[in-house]
Amino acid sequence: MAQQQGMVEKHGVGIWLTHAMMILGVLIIFFPIWLAFVASTVTQPEIVSPPMPLLPGDQFWENYTAALFSGVNVPVATMLFNSLVMAIGIAVGKIIISLLSAFAIVYFRFPGRTTFFWMIFITLMLPVEVRIVPTFEVVAGFGMLNSYSGLIFPLIASATATFLFRQFFLTIPDELAEAARVDGARPMRFFWDIVVPMSRTNIAALFVILFIYGWNQYLWPLLITTDPEMNTIVMGIKQMFPSGDDVAEWPVIMATSILAMIPPVIVVVSMQKLFVRGLVDSEK
Amino acid sequence: MEKRVTFRGWWLPLLLIAPQVIISAVFFFYPAAQAIWQSLFIPDPFGLSSQFVGLGNFEFLISDKFYRTSFLTTAIFSLLVTVCSMIPALFLAVIADRLIKGSGVYRTMLIWPYAVAPAVAGVLWLFMFNTRVGVVSWYLGQLGYDWNHVLNGSEAMGLVVVASAWGRISYNFLFFFAALQSVPRSVIEAAAIDGAHFWRRFFGIVLPLITPTAFFLLVVNVVYAFFETFGVIHTITAGGPQQSTTILVYKVFSDGFVGQDLGSSSAQSVILLLVVGLLTVIQFKYVEKRVHY
Repeated sequence: MAQQQGMVEKHGVGIWLTHAMMILGVLIIFFPIWLAFVASTVTQPEIVSPPMPLLPGDQFWENYTAALFSGVNVPVATMLFNSLVMAIGIAVGKIIISLLSAFAIVYFRFPGRTTFFWMIFITLMLPVEVRIVPTFEVVAGFGMLNSYSGLIFPLIASATATFLFRQFFLTIPDELAEAARVDGARPMRFFWDIVVPMSRTNIAALFVILFIYGWNQYLWPLLITTDPEMNTIVMGIKQMFPSGDDVAEWPVIMATSILAMIPPVIVVVSMQKLFVRGLVDSEK
Repeated sequence: MEKRVTFRGWWLPLLLIAPQVIISAVFFFYPAAQAIWQSLFIPDPFGLSSQFVGLGNFEFLISDKFYRTSFLTTAIFSLLVTVCSMIPALFLAVIADRLIKGSGVYRTMLIWPYAVAPAVAGVLWLFMFNTRVGVVSWYLGQLGYDWNHVLNGSEAMGLVVVASAWGRISYNFLFFFAALQSVPRSVIEAAAIDGAHFWRRFFGIVLPLITPTAFFLLVVNVVYAFFETFGVIHTITAGGPQQSTTILVYKVFSDGFVGQDLGSSSAQSVILLLVVGLLTVIQFKYVEKRVHY
């Protein structure tokens, strides 16, 4: 057995070479993030007279405080808060409406069921980028520009989560519903006591995916938040670049970029298992 | 597949499904119908009235040199993004798969870029290649290469491709790694006993077994390059120079919101809608197959 393994898995020099290649790969992939971090800890003059240093400086607190509490157009703390509301709103909203509609589709026979099912199915196909002008007009018509509901609702209208829950509900043993019915339990009681608790892992995995989806939105917030107070951080970074010939405040912009990636990175890295599972499930 | 056991009643399920149906109708079906409707009209310059032109907007687009160029730009861009994100990812996954210890640590490190928003990735890469302060462009200058993506269209394309592919390497890596881990060890060991070398085993056995994953990734990466790279392009090049990085989605935005040409922008939306439809059909056909696989 040991001999057979020796043919497949490398030992000695080979294994070190493999580690070395892996580390090189990770370093290359990581370099842009490292450079942004370095830039967020040095002074503006150090950046504008290239080449900038490749090791962190001592301006960490100065730059991050400047970004968080004064920013360029609006304090980054405000944008972080807006992003948080948007990302959580989208994740929670989508999960709630999808749980309810998937439950209805799987556990009931009602008029128009197939039609509604296909209606939801079709929304899978059309990203918001494709219908931006008319969607913008709808949102403007409702007076939802520069509001959280305007940021959240149009991005909830998609079917991925509904499909995921439908697939999962179909695997719940029929005996459970049967027993609930025999006991005279109302459908909603069955939903709260059996279906939702059983879906916990799926809900968590989906939350991770949807949180990142919401946090990383760019085009939609760019269109509907004309008031800097409502900017989200991902779209707000671009607004920090001066128009014309002025020099950008690189340390503050780079500190903001780092701040913009921290929440999704924390979510992805800390919930890695759930995340990978959610990714694989939602793409199936 | 259907449930045998269901609950009775029809008003409760309608109530349960209502939120999703209403939101889809208001923010999805109505705007989509609106896009199709508007694509048949040309509004006057003041937006007061509009004239019905039938398929005029489409005819104009097809004969429009800029629109055809944008199609070609999108095709080149998606192809490059797909190749530049899948090949490094596969390479890294193959290496990680050979390691018994430590691959978890590398995976954690490699996941990072996936969490970075395309628009933020754009800012990071713009910073490295900035013509005034960029580190990479400065070192290229020292080597005698004068980098200027603000003026040079191919360099601009190269930069948006790399910035878009970067985060996707993480994504593709996760899928390739999972696929490689599920290749039965016994098959590989059998080939090894028969004297097949690593590359022989890779191309002869492993690659065919992970083809379904590769094909799936091919489709989702093309969809990504088409529709989710707006942030990268808007932050780095804003479609320039001379529209050399204006992909279709960017053109819908720039014609509709910057140029205020609603008829043309809507017609472009409708064309994109057909493209998404096609890609979705391909994706689902493939998913069907994968279920049987």
